[in-house]
Amino acid sequence: MATQVFKIPEIYRKNAKYTFCPGCDHGVAVRLVAEVLEEMKCAENTIAVCSIGCSVTLYDFLNLDSLEAPHGRALAEATGVKRAKPDKIVFTYQGDGDFASIGLAESMHAALRGENLTAICINNTTYGMTGGQLGPTTILGQVTTTSPTGRNLEYYGYPIKIAEHIALCDGTAFSARVSLDTVPNIRKAKQAIKKAFEVQAKGLGFGFVEILSTCPTNWRMSPDKAHDRVREEMMPVFKPGVYKDITEG
Amino acid sequence: MSKIIIDKNRCKACYLCIKECPKNLIKVSDQTNNLGNRVVEFCDPNGECLGCAMCATRCPDLAITEVYRG
Repeated sequence: MATQVFKIPEIYRKNAKYTFCPGCDHGVAVRLVAEVLEEMKCAENTIAVCSIGCSVTLYDFLNLDSLEAPHGRALAEATGVKRAKPDKIVFTYQGDGDFASIGLAESMHAALRGENLTAICINNTTYGMTGGQLGPTTILGQVTTTSPTGRNLEYYGYPIKIAEHIALCDGTAFSARVSLDTVPNIRKAKQAIKKAFEVQAKGLGFGFVEILSTCPTNWRMSPDKAHDRVREEMMPVFKPGVYKDITEG
Repeated sequence: MSKIIIDKNRCKACYLCIKECPKNLIKVSDQTNNLGNRVVEFCDPNGECLGCAMCATRCPDLAITEVYRG
């Protein structure tokens, strides 16, 4: 008798089909969030706050109560939702441009206030939806449509390391950076996402996970090569790991 | 017997699953789906599938909808 070891989480809408580009890791990240919510049996009690960018389409796929925030303001909206409905699980699903560029003030201050929220940030080192422009996390030397000779230090400065910055905020309960480049790393990513939801459920403070992801379309490479790039170029700069976890030790 | 079920109409032909399968049981088929993508197919004539679900974990488009181990 064969046992089922994998199925699509039930909180997906019927016949939901992703609109992401082929090979985009957003699809995996959304599935991990769905699996965690299903395992925690809290999908009916969860409110998602969507942002602007490729991440916005979350509400098309998941059967969750969701709000749409203006660009960068997802955590500001989530703060309002959580304070009005403190018994709900509230999370944001944002890209790096939304979280760490236009929304940096909202994001940092949500962490500094120690809001009981979970934030998932997809870092693909570029603005994916608008055509691959230079973003706050673009690596030094990386060619984008607005830095055709590569990001240079004198002109653009350094990329932001979001997970480390969030870990420095006193209100943060959990901050980690994970990658989706291999299957073992995908499984670790799921554990980190689960932890970020658990700290919220226990009322310990702000839970944050930065997910290193690919953008094969704007990086102009195959999905397979894009994962090699995550390993070889992104992970030395954005080192995966747990940067803060107040439940440990 | 272990097996996977592929929803061909979700497949976007990124072929990440092909590299992931430890037994090389997933191949590019000669069919195209509604989206015009040349989809993958599961070929396991000798019952080698381990049911490890690595393909389904990797698939970014939920095209591998079910995995059975046994």
